[in-house]
Amino acid sequence: MTQPLLELRQITVSFDGFLALSDLNLSLQPGELRAVIGPNGAGKTTFLDVITGKTVPTGGDVVFKGRSLIGTREHRIARLGVGRKFQSPRVFEKLSVQQNLALAVSQPKQPWSLLLGGLSGEQRDRVHQLMSIVNLQNRCDWFAGALSHGQKQWLEIAMLVGQNPDLLLVDEPVAGLTDEETDLTADLLKSLAGDHTVLVIEHDMEFIRRLDSSVTVLHQGHVLCEGTMDQVQADPRVIEVYLGTTEEDNG
Amino acid sequence: MLQVLQQRRWPLVLFWVLIVAAVVAAPAVLPVFRLNLLGRFLALAIVALGIDLIWGFTGLLSLGQGIFFALGGYAIAMYLQMNSSADLPNGIPEFFGLYGVDQLPGFWEPFHSPVFTLIAIWLIPAVLAAVLGNLVFRNRIKGVYFSILTQAALLVFFNFFNGQQKLINGTNGLKTDVTQLFGQLVGSPEMQRVFFWLTAVVVILAWLFLRWVVRGRFGDVLIAIRDDEPRLRFAGYNPTLFKTIVFAIAGGLAGIGGALYTVQSGIVSPQFMTVPFSIEMVIWVAVGGRGTLVGAILGAVLINYAKSLVSEAMPQSWLFIQGGLFILVVTALPEGVIGWFRGEGPGNWLNRLGIARRSTTYPRLDREGQEEVQP
Amino acid sequence: MQLLLESLFNGVAIGSVLLMAALGLAIVFGLMGVINLAHGELIMLGAYTTYVVQLIFKLPALQPVYNTYVLVAIPLAFIVSGVVGVLLERTVIRRLYGNPLETLLATWGVSLILQQFVRSVPLAHAAGLMLTLVLGFGLPLLLPQKLLAGPRRRLMCAGSWAVSALGGVLLAGGLAAQISRIARATSRNVDVTAPKWMRGGIDYFDITFPVPRLVIIVITVVAVVGVTWFLNRSVWGMRIRAVTQNRSMSDCLGIPTETVDVLTFGIGSGLAGVAGVAVSLLGSVGPNVGGSYIVGCFMVVVLGGVGNLLGTVLASFAIGLLTDLIGAGRLLTVWPDMPTPLADVVNFFATTSMAQVMVFALIVVFLQFRPAGLFPQKGRMVEA
Repeated sequence: MTQPLLELRQITVSFDGFLALSDLNLSLQPGELRAVIGPNGAGKTTFLDVITGKTVPTGGDVVFKGRSLIGTREHRIARLGVGRKFQSPRVFEKLSVQQNLALAVSQPKQPWSLLLGGLSGEQRDRVHQLMSIVNLQNRCDWFAGALSHGQKQWLEIAMLVGQNPDLLLVDEPVAGLTDEETDLTADLLKSLAGDHTVLVIEHDMEFIRRLDSSVTVLHQGHVLCEGTMDQVQADPRVIEVYLGTTEEDNG
Repeated sequence: MLQVLQQRRWPLVLFWVLIVAAVVAAPAVLPVFRLNLLGRFLALAIVALGIDLIWGFTGLLSLGQGIFFALGGYAIAMYLQMNSSADLPNGIPEFFGLYGVDQLPGFWEPFHSPVFTLIAIWLIPAVLAAVLGNLVFRNRIKGVYFSILTQAALLVFFNFFNGQQKLINGTNGLKTDVTQLFGQLVGSPEMQRVFFWLTAVVVILAWLFLRWVVRGRFGDVLIAIRDDEPRLRFAGYNPTLFKTIVFAIAGGLAGIGGALYTVQSGIVSPQFMTVPFSIEMVIWVAVGGRGTLVGAILGAVLINYAKSLVSEAMPQSWLFIQGGLFILVVTALPEGVIGWFRGEGPGNWLNRLGIARRSTTYPRLDREGQEEVQP
Repeated sequence: MQLLLESLFNGVAIGSVLLMAALGLAIVFGLMGVINLAHGELIMLGAYTTYVVQLIFKLPALQPVYNTYVLVAIPLAFIVSGVVGVLLERTVIRRLYGNPLETLLATWGVSLILQQFVRSVPLAHAAGLMLTLVLGFGLPLLLPQKLLAGPRRRLMCAGSWAVSALGGVLLAGGLAAQISRIARATSRNVDVTAPKWMRGGIDYFDITFPVPRLVIIVITVVAVVGVTWFLNRSVWGMRIRAVTQNRSMSDCLGIPTETVDVLTFGIGSGLAGVAGVAVSLLGSVGPNVGGSYIVGCFMVVVLGGVGNLLGTVLASFAIGLLTDLIGAGRLLTVWPDMPTPLADVVNFFATTSMAQVMVFALIVVFLQFRPAGLFPQKGRMVEA
């Protein structure tokens, strides 16, 4: 077994005594595609916050490519190769589609290099390629704020890919998309896996099934079980969490 | 040119021609008093450009630009005072005698040098802005907190400069109009004319510089910071660094503006650092149109011109008008005059006058002959 | 011991004025996210209200009860500033919710207008106008609802405004006739004469405690306790907190959110008025009196953190104590033979304005460790 790309060791996050994550362990192999599901309040978003440095865990360690990410600032984690797509699409609304993507593909991201040089031809091609992948090439001069919800979702995914991270953290990529768009998104994410490591958080079970990946179920801040979609769906604990009422969901 | 006219941008072109003509003709036409006023307003426009960069583009509302403005003014005034006090007893500026100081305070020494002064005018404010800004930005203090802190910093600097008679003549400030530069009296009409040209040139240079800064990806990052700073971090950018840089640029520009303003007004005093004056600077940009560099220049000149006219005619009413402007601009005209021009404003206005307006289709289907594709 | 007590008292006294002035601002900012730069001018209105009340109490008929004018001035100042605040909220601020920077600029405009208003409109007329406004908005609330219903509604409204205007004119005329001096525009400062029982001080432990200071401390304590009770125990307080936490949810639950906005802002503004009473007891009252307090108030808000009254209270007293400690050069009194360079530094900062410089520097240093103030908001909602 190779060294995992990302490893979360006994992560605990407490907000004023409320445990958002407790003793969470998880590891991702390079090139893996992993889906994370869980009921509301299971800590899915907090879990991404911890990896990307937005939230500093109360305890535990996050190891990415063999180094700890604890205490590293967000932009440094991003530069190390962790990209994130937010739950509700967050694109830069007052910039055009093209400018949004240009910011994503720019390398290096230092002020002076942005001031003194333009995009290289290669990066320009990349922007155009990304626009055609997500079908926004004839919206390239539109303000991102003028796009529809689905288009914003896709623009953000394109920006994420444009960053060329080793690890893509994708939070609810198909919320508000049509069935057709959902299928396209699933294909896109599947095609990314292999070169990249992809972690998808989603509620849409059909979508997860289509991803055909291993699934991790979060519940009350820790991992409930892992396995294929069929295994997970058959697991009595999962059924209880999603359908049962034996335990109060404190989400 | 024909194309420009076809795009119905002739009002803009005409407008530019008029502006340039006005500035070029000003020294010949205006009496020295008016020319001097215009020169001062142009100096203020430099400050406004800096505010536009940090507020209009980056979303940082500083209520303390007066600090940097005054520092630039003090730097040039200290040089001029030193330059003109060689034949005085002790060889130090006259006002020190009032407080029984016969030894020049150490921090005055470097201002003997014109080269040092020329650098200090923009470098000291820029470095101070970078340090203060960084202390605030690195802790992710932003929005109104940043505004409040800059205002408090302003008050602190005001108190400091106002109270230190023995160091920088306290509340009386430093006079420059009776000092000498190149053997000429700074307050003389000839020198004032030179300063006017100098200011006009600096305004244009500052405008070109900022245009270069905000066009391109650096400017895009600034807008991204304004729209969604946390998101930008996850894209691998460090907003703190960008914010520190633009705040320093704005500080440096305010310093240059302050120096040019000082030589044209004849005095620098802690009054440059009062709370109302620094907030007033913001409204110049707001009226002109934030996020449009031209708007900052236009707003600064127009508002100050209106201010001097109104204050001459009805001194009581200026504060009412200014207060009204603040309210009006944020509630009714958030894009400012330039934004209004670029938007639908004048078109509607022409429409109402019965002059038809070419309707634009939206979305533009004709672009590159591509078909609409719904993803 | 004596020194400690004196220093403590001075610090608490400075802090309580600051707290009183900042309380309304902190509430409005904490609950509504609105920075009101006209807050200082609302304080000024409260101070002028005190002055007018005091003039009225100088009338021969009221002379016997002159000593109690402060008790009348407090609720009146609350109402006057509150009404102006409500007007401000209804006309300007509510258009700008969610845009704190724009609100800040608009309220600055309001503050300029209010300042110039006080400068150029004769005080008697201004007082008349205020009375008209207060009555005009207040009468319909006081009258039985039955009278206001039905076809007579318009008539009643017009009538109540007519009565209010009449009251305003009478007050203006009466004041102008009574004291010709204030009929003129007063760009000069005016002095509020304290009633006899408030002059002088109480001696205790060889220290003189000035009575006005003690009165201010009492007012502040009452105000803080009252506000805490209101926000945490009363029905409307609960509604206010509900709207702060989730406006759309509150809307759905049938909480009249617009009324809550008006109420919150009105209370915040009214507290500024009460602060005005306190301020008028300390020194002369002028158009600029508000401006001299406003930055201090902001420092309290920044240091205290948002949405926590305890933070506001602690921050006020911390700033008050520090200001006294530095401004009066107390370190030098405690340790007279400290090394000269250090003594020079202490002396350098031993004035009120230089103490402000030092306090600001300390606040900036503090913010390096606690960027969100003493009591930061926590949880995942912080940076949504």
